[in-house]
Order: sequence, then C-alpha cells, then structure tokens
Amino acid sequence: MSHRLDTGGRLIDRAQKLEFTFNGKRLQGYAGDTLASALMGAGQVLLGRSFKYHRPRGLVASGAEEPNALFGLGEGPRFEPNQRATTTELFAGAKLASQNHWPSLEYDIGAVNNAFARFLTAGFYYKMFIHPRAFWKHVYEPFIRRTAGLGRAPDPETVDADRYEQLYAFADVLVIGGGIAGLAAARAAADAGNRVILCEQAAHWGGRAPVDGVEIDGKGAGDWVEAQLAALRALPNVTLLNRTQGVGVHDHGYVLACQRLADHEPGADKPRQRLWRIRAARIVTATGAIERPLSFAGNDIPGVMLASAMRDYLVNWAVVPGKRVVVVTNNDDAYRSAIALHDAGVTIPAIIDARPDSDGALAQAARARGIRIAAGSAIRKVKGGKRVSGVELCAQDSAGAATAEHIECDAVAMSGGFSPVVHLFSHCGGKLIWDEAGGFFRPDPARPPLGHDGQGFVIAAGSANGAMAASDVLVDAHAAGLSAAGAKETPAPQAKAEPEAPMAPVWMMPARAEYDLRMKMWLDPQNDVKVSDVQLAAREGYESVEHTKRYTTLGMATDQGKISNINGLAILADSLDRPIPQVGTTTFRPPYTPLTMGTIAGEAKGPLFQPLRRTPLYDWHEAHGADWEPVGQWRRPYCFRRAGESRHDAVMREVRQTRESLGLLDASTLGKILVKGPDAARFMDMLYTNMMSTLKPGRCRYGLMCNENGFLMDDGVVARLSEDAFLCHTTSGGADHVHGWMEDWLQCEWWDWKVHTVNLTEQFAQIAIVGPYARKVLEKLGSDIDLGREALPFMEWHEGTLAGMPARIFRISFSGELSYEVAVPAGHGLALWQKLVEAGAEFGVMPYGTEALHIMRAEKGFIMIGDETDGTVIPQDLGLNWAISKKKDDFLGKRGMERTAMVASDRWKLVGLETLDGSVLPHAALAPAEGVNANGQRNTQGRVTSSYHSPTLGKGIALALVARGPERMGEVIEFQGDGGKMVPARIVETCFYDKAGEKQNV
Amino acid sequence: MLILTCPCCGVSAEETEFSNGGEAHLKRFGPGSSDDDFESYMFNRKNPRGVHFERWRHAYGCGKWFIAARCTVTLEVFATYPAQTTEPPADVVKKIKARRSEWEGFA
Repeated sequence: MSHRLDTGGRLIDRAQKLEFTFNGKRLQGYAGDTLASALMGAGQVLLGRSFKYHRPRGLVASGAEEPNALFGLGEGPRFEPNQRATTTELFAGAKLASQNHWPSLEYDIGAVNNAFARFLTAGFYYKMFIHPRAFWKHVYEPFIRRTAGLGRAPDPETVDADRYEQLYAFADVLVIGGGIAGLAAARAAADAGNRVILCEQAAHWGGRAPVDGVEIDGKGAGDWVEAQLAALRALPNVTLLNRTQGVGVHDHGYVLACQRLADHEPGADKPRQRLWRIRAARIVTATGAIERPLSFAGNDIPGVMLASAMRDYLVNWAVVPGKRVVVVTNNDDAYRSAIALHDAGVTIPAIIDARPDSDGALAQAARARGIRIAAGSAIRKVKGGKRVSGVELCAQDSAGAATAEHIECDAVAMSGGFSPVVHLFSHCGGKLIWDEAGGFFRPDPARPPLGHDGQGFVIAAGSANGAMAASDVLVDAHAAGLSAAGAKETPAPQAKAEPEAPMAPVWMMPARAEYDLRMKMWLDPQNDVKVSDVQLAAREGYESVEHTKRYTTLGMATDQGKISNINGLAILADSLDRPIPQVGTTTFRPPYTPLTMGTIAGEAKGPLFQPLRRTPLYDWHEAHGADWEPVGQWRRPYCFRRAGESRHDAVMREVRQTRESLGLLDASTLGKILVKGPDAARFMDMLYTNMMSTLKPGRCRYGLMCNENGFLMDDGVVARLSEDAFLCHTTSGGADHVHGWMEDWLQCEWWDWKVHTVNLTEQFAQIAIVGPYARKVLEKLGSDIDLGREALPFMEWHEGTLAGMPARIFRISFSGELSYEVAVPAGHGLALWQKLVEAGAEFGVMPYGTEALHIMRAEKGFIMIGDETDGTVIPQDLGLNWAISKKKDDFLGKRGMERTAMVASDRWKLVGLETLDGSVLPHAALAPAEGVNANGQRNTQGRVTSSYHSPTLGKGIALALVARGPERMGEVIEFQGDGGKMVPARIVETCFYDKAGEKQNV
Repeated sequence: MLILTCPCCGVSAEETEFSNGGEAHLKRFGPGSSDDDFESYMFNRKNPRGVHFERWRHAYGCGKWFIAARCTVTLEVFATYPAQTTEPPADVVKKIKARRSEWEGFA
C-alpha cells in the first residue's frame, strides 16, 4: 500500500490537515499536498480507468506529464473534468471523482473491452465500423459518441461561477521554468539590467534540484534557490510568477502563460485564473526534462511509476508508493530513487538494470547499502490486477520466453532515461537534433524559431537543452541568460554532481520480446496504445510518425504524449528499420498543457463580450419600452411595446400610426461619411454605380455601391453639400466597412487624387419625421428653412436652424410617406427628439422601430442590403438598372457586371409576391422546380428575401428573387411553407403601395 | 501573432492592431480588359513559400495602408513601406536580397 511517512516532506505543513473526498470517500491530506500526493498518502492506488480497455490506472508521474490521474473536480458551477492530480493543489473540501468507468471504479462493465484486447488493435474502429453502411448512423455512431471523450463535459446550462482575466506584459527576457536553470538564466539576464519575467508552473520554486540534494556554490540546492529568489525579488526589473504555466510560444515572441490565482482556494474573492499575454524579445525555455517509462509487459498496472516521480513524492510530500519497491532502469538516475527510498525505510528487493554491468558511483552507493543489483536483467512481466503484486525477471538480451525469477513487491519504479521538454522551443518552428549519447531529441541551437528581425528568439537552457547533470545545467543556463540579454560574460554558479555512468538505450524489455509480451507493453497508458499497436501500424504501411499517431492515437488527448512520444517513435523506427532521427517527432503544438475556456474568454463575456454602440437617444428609448435588436454593434429599438401589447401588435400599431398620422424614427445609426476635396466628384463617380458628379449642391440622390465583382455592397442617399463635398449615407451596419473601402482605394489605387474622407456617423443625431403631419410638426418647432412643398421638394436638403438648433433637413423617404430626416449635432439629439414628441402630441406621434421601418419599405418595394442582397446579387437583379450609369467609362464593379454569368437571361430577379390565401410566407422560403441537380437535390426557381404581414394591405406580402421573375408577372408558383406545406403565391410588382408615389410628394 | 511596424506613424505593434488586405501590388483591370486579365486581377493570388508582399492597414492606429515584405516560412519581416507604389522600392529589394540571396526578385 502507498502511505505517508511519519516524518519529512519539505512542502507539506503537517499542522494544517485538509479534508477531501474521492468518489464520496472522506480522505485527509496536508496543506502543501497536491491531489496526487494526498491520494497516495491516503493509500489510494487505483485512481481511474483507461480510455479504451478500461484497465485500472494509477499514478505514473509527479508533474504535467501525468497521463492517468485525471479527475472530475468540484461540483455544479465549479465542476471541471480532466483535472491533473499531480499539478492541482489540495484544498479543504475538494471533491474528486474518477473517470471512464461504470458503474464504479472498482467494478467497471467497460473493462470487458480488456478481455477482447487481442481484437481491439490499432485501427480497430476504422476497420470495424465501415460495414454494413446503414449501421453507421443508427448503431455505430451513437455508440461511439457515448463512449468517446475523456471525462464528462460540464452541464451546458450551468454558468461558470468563476472570474477570469487577461493581462498584457512585455519583457526583454522571458524565462519559462523556475528550476535552478530558470533561476540562473533569469539572474544572469536581470543582473545585466534587462526587464525579466520568470514564470514557474508549480507553487514552489527550484524544480527537482532540492529533491536530488544537489550542492550549488557550497550551499544546499534549497538554500541556493532561496538566495536567488531573494536577489531577484530585490530587483525592480524582475517579475516573478509562480503557479504560472507557460503554455505556448507564438510568432515573434508572443507567449501565453496561465497563472492559477485561486485554483487552490476556490471561492476566494479574486479571479480564478489569469492569462498572461506576453511579448518578449528573447525567451529562455528552462522547462527541464521528463523521465521516460520502460516498455515491459504490465507496465500500466497501478503501482508502476516513474522512478524520479517516486523520489519527488518521498522528498516533497513524504509519501511512498509501497513497502517493497523494485527499481528497473537503463541509467544511473534511478539509483538515486532506490537509495532515497531505501534510506526512508522502504525495502528495495532489487535494482534491475538492463545494462550488462553497472559499477558507477551511484551503483556503488546502492551496493554499499546492501541493495541487490541485477545487471543485464529485464522485467519480463509485472504481476497483478488492480495493483502490483510482483515481477517476473528474465535476461534483457532475450525473447522473454521463460521466467528466470519471481520477486514479490507492491510497486515498481521505472526509468528509461530523460527527454528534454522541447515543446516550447518547437511551438514556433524551432528544430531538434538527435542526441545519440543521451538518447533524446534536444533543441538545435543553430535552428531556433525566428523573430520579425530574422534572429532566433528562443534559447533552451539546462536540462531542457540536454544538459542533464546539475553542474552542466547551471553553466548552460547562465550562458543562455547572458545570451538572451546580450550581456558580457560573468562567472556561472557551480554545482557539484555525482558522475553518472552512461545510459543504454532500451526501447523494449526484454530486447526481443515475443508478441504476447509486446501486446501488454503500454506506450501510452491514457489512450491505451501498446508496442504491438505501433508495430502493427508500421506493418500496415503507416511510415510517417504523424500518420502513426493518428492511426493508433499515440500521444493524443490531454497529456499529448509527454511520456510516450519518444518511446513510441523509437518502436516505430525499429519496426521500419530506420534510425530514430530519420523518423522524427510529431509536431509540437501549443498549448503545452490544456487552457481553460475561461482564460481564453477572459472578461469578454456578458455585456463586455463586444462594444455596444448607443445613439444619443438610447436612454429615452430604454425608458419608453424599447424592445432592443442588435444591428452590427448598435442596439436599435425593434419596436416600442406598450403594456399588454405583443411585439406583433406594437409593430402593426407603429406602421398604421405612421402611415395615417405621424411617426418618429431614430436614424442616428445610419452611416454618414464626408467625402471632400477637389477630386471628390471624380472619386464619387468611381465609388457609386450612379453618376454623382452631375448632382447639384442642395440635391440628394439614391446611390448604389458595388464591389469589383459587381455585387451590390451598400446603398444610401448621397447629399451634395458643395461643389467639392458629398455626404454619403450608408447602411447602419456598413458604415465602417464602406469608410475602410473608400480609404483603401484612395490610399492604394488613386493616391494622387485630392480627396479626404471622414466618418461622421457618431457626430450627428438623425431623426426621421414620417407621415402626413411631418411638415406640420416641423413648422411648429420653428425653422428659418422654408419647408413648403416647392421650397424644399422631394430629394433636396437645406441647412438652417430648427427649434433653435443647427440642423440639416433632408427631404427623403424610406417609407413612401411625406418624410424628413433631420440631422443635428449629436449633443442636440435628445432635445430635438423631445421637442418633436411634445409638438407631435396633437397628431398622436409615436416612435417606431426597425420592424415598422422594414415593413413600410417592403410595402414600397425598397430593397434592404442583407435581405435582398447576399453578396451574389447585382443591382440589375433587383431591377435597379436605372441607378447604373451608362455614360461612365468606369466605376467599381462595372467590369464585374459584364461577365457572362451576370448578363445571363435566366438570373433570379426581384419580384413581389402575394399569397393566394393572404398568409405570410416563411422568410427565405424556396420555390421548388422540376427535376434534381447534380447532387440529387430538388431544383429551385426562387427564394423569398423579405416577408411580412402588411397592416396597410391587411395580408401577407413578400419580395423574392425568382428565375426570370419580371417576365412572369401574374404567374402563380408554389413556395415551401412551414411544415412542408406548399403555399401558392402570385408574382406581382415589387411595389405594393402608392405606386405613383403621390404620398411622399405632398 | 506578428509584430509589424507602420511606416506612416512609426509604431511597432501587435498584429491585432492591423488588418490584412491580401497580396500587394495587384494591377487593377477594369472595363475593356480581357476575361483572363480580369480573372487574374480578381481571383489569382500568389502563395509563395518564401518572400511575399502583402497589404496591411493600421486599422486601430493611424488608419493608413502599407505593404509588408515578409517571409512566409520564417515570418521574418524584411521591411514595411508606404502603399503608394506599384512595386517594391529599390532599397527594400536590396534588403531582401541581403537576407535571401536565392530570391529571384519581384515579378
């Protein structure tokens, strides 16, 4: 049984006991524990089930590389799946639930897969679920979906209770990793005066050196770390961030790091996590190295752990995995674990060393303690089910056909050597080289990722750079810090390290293991990928390591193969009979560890999700029952509801009132762009399909804007302010785009034209006064502008004062009624609106919203950008040929409109529709035609673009694009109604109301 | 995320401060042009592995368009220069040649 020792544990505070539960069972740990050390201390070995075979799973590692110990943590609005026990700090009341089993962890039905493991090889799902075809949709897919995925997704309706935030930071040198390498590099760069940020994933600093008992500059590693921290804290140019995981290195030195502020104290009054978005000129990755497992049969049984992790648990948290621990290795470092465990009172029955002889300083120290060393040996097989009960030995240089010896034990410590954590160096294109002596890939200093200046911006340091001995680590890291800072040489800290005998590459144990052993050798315990699976993939032709990864799922999911990657590709290389560097690694992509969606969103949620634009009348609308509708980033009233009224009722009332008497519309969101300069008229002729240069000052013209494809992009009324100035009204959503479009052509194509553009949209409040009493109400307000029928005729504008305010009055109409649009400086908007409401009271004035506006324009057959247009519609499709100048040699879109498809006679063109039964057609309803297209879909001959109930006509009206529509006036065609019912509708003209246009001309 | 320097206002800023406008130095073909020329202007774009010229607008800054000469493989930015030119200026070409001797020049 794993258990807690009575003494020791450099990170725990035995005075502070913390209660927590695991699958409902009450357990106890100490402050300073991780979930993993607390569970281990409480004797919990079985922690979960594997993904595919539902095999029992226990702890393997002590850091971010842990593949097995993943839990659902917390409840309700704080529930989160796949929390890594090894990197999550214990807190009082933590609720852990294991994953991937049913009905319980101890008795799992899914474990039946394990019995069929012989058939569930790599690619099983691909091969199995192809036939019969019809089974996919109803049998296979629902089954696979139910069993797929690690853990359980949080309830979609539950809102995360925590806050998250983001922070931007800048550094000359960013050091990722706060072990002795990171501290040395940060110190070197900081002493040279650089702005330094140092981040460390754990809560404590110093990494593994204090565990290993390294001596640095005559001090114990722990003391040296404290001294470095004190020195760095005293420097104003240094920022130290613990509990901060560097997760990704991106283009040009952009780094994301996630700081866990309240994960260890849920409910505290602070953000749970903070995403640091750091720009660094140079980045030092001091991310250390990760121990590799060894591939022997049964290496996935709970109780088999990495040797260095056992040492971490012992020294940091005073927990040990068992009473009798067999150590198996191909290198000297595992001897340190054996010695540490032995010295703590754990029995070490044997160190099984795959190397033929073992006689280094560490081996001698082990022997001196009476520990048996079985050189040239291998574990043939681990015995046990839900936990280790013993191991069988055989010679490493054999097929493992027979057992030479059986040793009883309750845990196995394994070490297959170390691999530098090269992920962050590689994220942005840094290349690796194979280190034959160390048996690992390490960063190639000659091929780092390049910054905007073409210079390398990532430097690996310490064991992340392949310098494994503490003495080499410090020299390397100090040099990396100086190099990142561009500083002159200074003496590096000195560490004393025991000399190590060379490791021997061991990718399989025993070396020529037979099939039955190989199919029990786990490479990736999270995804259940075994040596036999990778060999099968190689036999089936998956020669690329990337393909093998996808075929076998090796190195996928939450741990991204941190411990399995190198072992897997070594097996692949062996199967393909190629050297390892030729096979190469899979691509390392960010993030190094998973990021929460919360940190990615940060504060950008709810009202802060995007900026909200308000017109000067926003508060008045809000106070008068506005039913809001988003229009781009604007919020506009859809309608103004009165007590007891439905939305529909309100809209109908607003239309009727406006047509019969007087309505007011807040048109302030309308785009208003000033185009001014000696070449303004020439420029306007290029922008619009119409001839704008002939427009007289004081006059207005409705204009169309197309892109170079000839497709209609925006429309609006243009007012000529003076000989050299035009005011372009655009759609509410299109103003910024249109302004950008103008600037693009002026800056990049016609840069010698003398024109300026200014987006004045927010400078003016604009109010439409609409209805038979529109003139009367304006006259009541008092103006120096003659508003008479002839004095200010339709499509003219005059400037003057209205109710004492400076105003431009445009006589334009989007409703077909007598209508004025009045623009006043934004600050006067509310005052004018209130005066209009007051003066209009005798006419029963009402504000109306966007829906009434839509209905009135549809009754008149006026198009709406985004309804009648969708980016594939040319003005000619909408019957707007009259607005396309034939006299101009050129305008934007002219050449595009001349293409064969645009002049084809069978294009869908705009018509009006009247349903025979008076009902309202569904929006976007299609009109089917005879036959099917190449994809077997029914042909269509038309589509509804706008559809409303017209209160004016008392029936449903619609606009639609119909093939050869205008040639088919009076024809009845069927549209698909709700529920598949066919609705016959007659093709009519687009204008339903006041066809002669008399109402707007009074 | 790239760092770009706006040649108009001189600010070096995050990519999010700019908006990309696709390939630079396109020649516009309008009315009277052949179908092939118009198609090429509208739709055919270079996608080089290496030196590339692209339009950027300092959208959340001074608002000016400019052109960046950039390596699509290493993301090195050789130079940025104002958009008011139909081809890369001589000094920019020289800078690129100095970093990429195998580059065949702007075509």
